[in-house]
Amino acid sequence: MTNKLVFENLKHRPVRTLLSSLAVGVQVTMILTLVGISHGMLEDQAQRARGMGADISIRPPGSSAIGLSGNFDERILPFVARQPHVALATGVLIAPTGPLTSITGLDFPAFARMSGRFRFLEGRAIQNPGELIVDEYYAREHKLHPGSQVTLLGRAWTVCGVFEQGKLARIIAPLDVLQRLTANSGKLSIIWVKLDDPARTNEVIDSLKRAGLADYQIWSMEELVSQMTPNSIPVLRTFTAVVIGLGVVIGFLVVFLSMYTAVLERTREIGILKALGASPGFIVGILLRETALLAVIGTFAGIALTYGSRWLIMNLVPGSLTQTIVPGWWPIAGAIALAGSLLGAVYPGLKAARQDAIEALAYD
Amino acid sequence: MTDSPIISVRDLRKIYHAGDVDVHALRGLDFDIRRGEFVSVIGPSGSGKSTLFHILGGLTPPSAGSIVLDGNDLVRMSDAGRTRLRKKTVGFVFQKYNLLPTLTALGNIEIARYIAGERGPVGPEFERLIDLLGIRSRLNHKPRSLSGGEQQRVAIARALVNRPAIVLADEPTGNLDTENSMAVLSVLRDLNKRLGQTILMITHNPEAAAYGDRVIHMRDGRIEPPGLAV
Repeated sequence: MTNKLVFENLKHRPVRTLLSSLAVGVQVTMILTLVGISHGMLEDQAQRARGMGADISIRPPGSSAIGLSGNFDERILPFVARQPHVALATGVLIAPTGPLTSITGLDFPAFARMSGRFRFLEGRAIQNPGELIVDEYYAREHKLHPGSQVTLLGRAWTVCGVFEQGKLARIIAPLDVLQRLTANSGKLSIIWVKLDDPARTNEVIDSLKRAGLADYQIWSMEELVSQMTPNSIPVLRTFTAVVIGLGVVIGFLVVFLSMYTAVLERTREIGILKALGASPGFIVGILLRETALLAVIGTFAGIALTYGSRWLIMNLVPGSLTQTIVPGWWPIAGAIALAGSLLGAVYPGLKAARQDAIEALAYD
Repeated sequence: MTDSPIISVRDLRKIYHAGDVDVHALRGLDFDIRRGEFVSVIGPSGSGKSTLFHILGGLTPPSAGSIVLDGNDLVRMSDAGRTRLRKKTVGFVFQKYNLLPTLTALGNIEIARYIAGERGPVGPEFERLIDLLGIRSRLNHKPRSLSGGEQQRVAIARALVNRPAIVLADEPTGNLDTENSMAVLSVLRDLNKRLGQTILMITHNPEAAAYGDRVIHMRDGRIEPPGLAV
């Protein structure tokens, strides 16, 4: 019977129910979208790293899986290439072009030997120093096709090809051109190493460290990819915690306002329930159940909206952001929404429970 | 009707504090109501009859005096005790019907049973009451689809569903036209005669008051002796 009353109360005020649920849903979407972008960006980065076809990655000292501390001398490359069981080694230079984008300089013949050629969806490979190639996401976001002009790093480039995403980077130029352009001649950002026997990966890493590269970040592909998770990036963890905190505050405020208004609006109904012998606990219970139902509806709405936000991101800015759906976070986001909402319902609930029955019955 | 009083009121007083002013709403009432009696309380506005209604219904405590309702001493009762009293011992019928707008007529009756802790199906006695009130075909309608008379009959059904010791009716015809007023008053009298339901009805209308077995006249927070009543 209580559930029937709760359900009928929500049904009786559809606009309030819709708006409150939607607001809780936005809070859930906010959390799920942030988590989805964190996972998506890192998974995308991991996928592109795997697309390199290498077994080992060598980065400058102090670098992380997602951030480079600087560049290093390219003379290390032939040294690495000479090590036992190293079948192939190639270096890339990465130059940031924005907060979330960079241009990668590549030795195309070495890359082709390591991971095969790019699969071009449009256009062709680079033939001139002023050309670059972009992946399909970047091309879609910036509406680029072969022949399009883009300005990056202060100069104009001609896009000559659009390749299938998932290989190394989104924007790729010839290594020597990029080195000159960024005043990094003789420098590399990462060395990718392919072995003659992948089972010897740890052995080769140990030998590289012993051979003078102890300060460098040398990871197997497995180690590298395993670090590309939100949990291994402290800043992301903090940022997620801040967004969750904001989510709780938003849920609290929305439900507080909604329930406070509901209590004022339903003063007479509360008086009726009291006249019938309803205890304060019963009245608080009704409001808390209403709130819980709003939070549940809002959670489902939020999950649905997350698919909408992913569609928008993947269609509007696929080259800058990547969002995945992370079902593992659905119950967490739901619990956060529920907690914030129930907190918001406590004061209105107590106000309702304390209401004087006679005054409430006289309320018009 | 039996001779044992179901309500016994002695020197009942109620003082409201409005700022620095004390308002003496009840100034020492003494009366008994016997089980099965239909008593009308009549008086002008400000006579204290609504205050009496609220105290007898356990909605507010008295300031002084003694009041025993079906063996319960209301003066010594806590808030929780008065809440329990309202569940089963007292049934209310209000001037403005006071049905929950979100529930159907049946839902309004069921919620009263639910709050009182009743979970099983209603007995045949209550089914007969529904027929007596003529609301069977209106049970699945929400209050906004019911006429005033129908709403008041649903409110009467709700007041009786837990078989209370006494039904308190506060101006039950105050919002009704003459035809519906007479229908509601007839139903109350019928319930009293057929089921022996004790009813205390508050009204300012002498014609409505005449439906009761006995009329208590109130003025200025006191009961007027029958000879002095206007």
